[in-house]
Amino acid sequence: MSDPAEKRSSGQRLRALIVDDEAAIRRFLRSALIAEAFDVDEAGDIAGALRLAAASRFDLAVLDLGLPDGNGADLIGPMRAAGGPAVIVLSALDDEPRKVAALDAGADDFVSKPFGVAEFMARVRAALRHRVQMQGSPPVYDDGHLSVDLARRQVRVGGVDPRLTPREYGLLHELVLHEGKVLTHRHLLTKAWEGGEADVQALRVHIRHLRQKIEVRPDQPSRVLTEPGVGYRFVSDRA
Amino acid sequence: MPESAERRPSPDALLQQAKAESRGKLKIYLGAAPGVGKTFEMLSDARKKRLEGVEIVAGVIETHGRSETAALLEGLEVLPKRPLGEPGRAVGEMDLDALLARKPEIALVDELAHTNAEGSRHPKRWMDVDELLAAGIDVWSTLNVQHIESLNDVVARITRVRVRETIPDAVLERADEIELIDLTPDELIERLRQGKVYAPDQAQRALRHYFAPGNLSALRELAMRRAADTIDEQVRGHRKAQGEDAPWAAGERLLVCIDEREASAEVVRHAKRQADRSKAPWLAVHVETSRSARLTEIERMRLSETLRLAERLGAETATLPGDAVAETLLAYARDQNVTQIIVGKAKRSIVFEAVFGSVVRQLIDRSGSVPVEVIPESSERSAKTLFPLSAAWPALTSRGVAEALAMTVIATLVAWPLDVWLGVSNLTLVYLASVLVSALTRGLWAGLITGMASALAFNWFYTQPRYTFTVADPDNVLAILAFSGAALIVSILAGRARQQTLAARTEAKTSRELFGLSRQLTSAKSEDEAAESLARYVARAFDVECVVLARVGFSELRLAGASAERLDLTDADMAAARWTAEKGEPTGRGADTLPGARWLFLPLRTSRLVAGVVGVARTSPLTRGERRRLAAMGDQTATALERAHVAQALEQSRIETEAERLRGTMLASLSHDLRTPIAGVLGAASSLRAYGDRHDPSTRDGLLASIEDEATRMQRYVEKLLDMTRLDAGSIQAHLEPLDPPDVLAAVVSRARKLDEGRTIRLDVERDLPMVRADAALLDQALFNLVENALAHTANGEIVIGAARSRGGVAFTVVDEGRGIAPGDEARIFERFARAASADVRGTGLGLAIVKGFVSLMGAHVSARNRSDRTGAVFEIAFSAESLA
Repeated sequence: MSDPAEKRSSGQRLRALIVDDEAAIRRFLRSALIAEAFDVDEAGDIAGALRLAAASRFDLAVLDLGLPDGNGADLIGPMRAAGGPAVIVLSALDDEPRKVAALDAGADDFVSKPFGVAEFMARVRAALRHRVQMQGSPPVYDDGHLSVDLARRQVRVGGVDPRLTPREYGLLHELVLHEGKVLTHRHLLTKAWEGGEADVQALRVHIRHLRQKIEVRPDQPSRVLTEPGVGYRFVSDRA
Repeated sequence: MPESAERRPSPDALLQQAKAESRGKLKIYLGAAPGVGKTFEMLSDARKKRLEGVEIVAGVIETHGRSETAALLEGLEVLPKRPLGEPGRAVGEMDLDALLARKPEIALVDELAHTNAEGSRHPKRWMDVDELLAAGIDVWSTLNVQHIESLNDVVARITRVRVRETIPDAVLERADEIELIDLTPDELIERLRQGKVYAPDQAQRALRHYFAPGNLSALRELAMRRAADTIDEQVRGHRKAQGEDAPWAAGERLLVCIDEREASAEVVRHAKRQADRSKAPWLAVHVETSRSARLTEIERMRLSETLRLAERLGAETATLPGDAVAETLLAYARDQNVTQIIVGKAKRSIVFEAVFGSVVRQLIDRSGSVPVEVIPESSERSAKTLFPLSAAWPALTSRGVAEALAMTVIATLVAWPLDVWLGVSNLTLVYLASVLVSALTRGLWAGLITGMASALAFNWFYTQPRYTFTVADPDNVLAILAFSGAALIVSILAGRARQQTLAARTEAKTSRELFGLSRQLTSAKSEDEAAESLARYVARAFDVECVVLARVGFSELRLAGASAERLDLTDADMAAARWTAEKGEPTGRGADTLPGARWLFLPLRTSRLVAGVVGVARTSPLTRGERRRLAAMGDQTATALERAHVAQALEQSRIETEAERLRGTMLASLSHDLRTPIAGVLGAASSLRAYGDRHDPSTRDGLLASIEDEATRMQRYVEKLLDMTRLDAGSIQAHLEPLDPPDVLAAVVSRARKLDEGRTIRLDVERDLPMVRADAALLDQALFNLVENALAHTANGEIVIGAARSRGGVAFTVVDEGRGIAPGDEARIFERFARAASADVRGTGLGLAIVKGFVSLMGAHVSARNRSDRTGAVFEIAFSAESLA
């Protein structure tokens, strides 16, 4: 696993762009990112952000959705084109539609305001890790209880084959591949469904079956977590 | 700011709203004739609106050289006309593009029916207006009834003047509001005489032709009916939108033709029975021809009463213009998918029909597949129209007898000198004349008495032998007998003529009452106004006490109008009224139920329901005729009540929607303005905790300052919210005391300087200002909010806080060097949650609303405008002369 600390030790300093119109938010995000050894640039609106993005390459972009001159999610496209930083969007708690739209547009994750620094940095780490993973070969996930070999499409729960249906495996594969990252309903439906119509209701049913097969306590899932109104997230249960 | 998460209405609702919002609203000032004051009224309204801060621009106003109207233009923004045509004989037309570019909230466009000069974009002005509406601009315009296309023929026939400039009826029907500008013919003629409408020589000609009183009455009625029709349609449209229309059995649809004859009511009732039997909807239609202008007032009343009857019985009614009655009816019937036509047949001789043709015949000939049912006029009805002899016998009084005898004495005195020249038998003519006068002026009894006395007097004075009652000459016996016979016939005929005159007079009075009432009802905006009108009219017409009770729910009644402040209505009376409302039948004095009560209650009935109850009380009971008149007035009022009720319901739902919208905005503001600082505080605090020692001292300091700032911001927001809530709850009271303006400003400035130390805040106070009666805390907070607002809207530049004498009072001003106020926003910015269009300013959207609330509590006035010397805004709190201590 490659994380910011490793990258730093190898001499690469990560570069972050914060786009938010609230000075107070920018200030504490900056303080946290600097403490985590990022180089930080700031912008208060889309125009400023585009100027900065054109000038340098960023590893991480933190975008507020409600900017004075538009929706921060509109930045995702141009930024990806410019080299693809990990993107975290900041949004209001009850603004699911815009969150989902941003994620579908390519954002890696979101944080709902208000949030603490610890939560924010956890998301940042997951997003960066995922970005690195995408460049390497499919790994094997193993937390002692559940193990998934993405290359060989093999799943073991407590050493036994849980006999997943193709759909359930498809879901698990996609979730594990993006470990730590929220996947929207639409993402899961298009990636894990391959042909055949399906709706969110069907997705919920399959997730429930999947949980029953891989979770220790299916009623209190610790691996496949629900992001209400947005989608699902696979978190590592590795100690 | 846009991030705020507003509650989203359903897409459908949004779509509808967008449709309604994007298009401007059209208001038409409708008048019966030139000179009634449409433009005057429109400009008066415009001035009022302007004072409320609405941005109004006059696209084109035709003053026709009337000075009163021109005076109103002063202070209104009037766009210059666009010159057209060859130079030298150039004509000016409204500059549509300039008006579109100017984009005011309301545009005034006079004379909707105007035809544009060649070279304009549209041939007609109403098309220009259509474009303005499409651009989202509200338009007020004026229109005379003769310019409405469907009425053009009728008007031409009434006035013998054909108007070429017409607008399609659809334009009028699309109007969101129609204001009828009404002037009685007498008033209008008076205005003409005074030269207020045309130059004197023109006026004389106009008075002889177009403005003849008869023409004006007819035009006026057309205008009123047209305005009322449109309102009715709007109400009906609403009902439909609410899905209140009952489902009809498919297919059947009846049409009944109505004219001014009395028998029409019978035909309508027949149609109702038919419609009920086949469970079909039915239409009652009257065709208005040029003949309609010649109807007597009584006939017109009867016609509208028949139409109302049909409406009450559940018909959809319509008045169609057109000269070929049968053709118009059939075209309408086809258009409305009518399956059967019902028509009454007048009793006319075969010869009459052979000469003049018959509508019924034409209908039958041309109706094609649609069956026509002909209802013959019942013979019973024609019998009724015979003169009722009994009515001609007024009570015999001794004074009446004396007067009748006096007529004989006078006849004798007149005949005396004539005796010398005339033959005796010719003298009977003198006596006959006296009989005629007596019967005409005093009735049948008087005529008979005068006749008998005259016969005796003639016998005594003039037949041989004179001064005896004996008659010698058989010729004279014949003369006396002939005279007596003639006197009897003359008495009866003259008595009947008198009776008919009286009846006509009463009917005319009834029509006048109803006409006056309907005028008031048309303008009534609420149930109570309609009810008040009825109560006042009834009280005056019958000399009674009158109450009007409007229905609330099924069985409750509410006092909506009364003729006097205090009326003696007992619980038992109210119970009787409720019974009337529930059963739809009269109760109380003179009715079948509770005939012993003091009050008589009649139901106010529309086709769908009993809208209320009218109650009258008088020492003597109402006569049958009076009850009929009362019922007719009640019918009119019932419809008005229902209309007002629907209108009120509409208004109520509009208010609720507005409240809903405000709640939504409020929630969005709360979620954004409270959450954002919380996010800042939480983030900074968690960063400090997580990386405490890894932050350098200046970062730590910055984070702590950020916590402080954001908490202060939150505090200010909560304060404002509380202020607003207290304002709403009405729990703030202004304690007015004399304040010294420099003192007030000094406090504001010292508080404001703490807000933003980097900015220049300058004081500019006129010397020796008088003391101002105001509330120290409210004024301080209002000014502080203004300064805060100025700071938020200007990145840099000086802010000047001042006080100076202004219009007899004292004005406090806050002047900034920012970008100023977007045109048209001067009033809007004082609404709550209204923020400047540029979204880079952070504010609660409450500050200015609070200023407005506080300032009006102190009886002062707040306004905003742009600086005239450079960019920037001026906010002013003005205290009038009365507020000076």
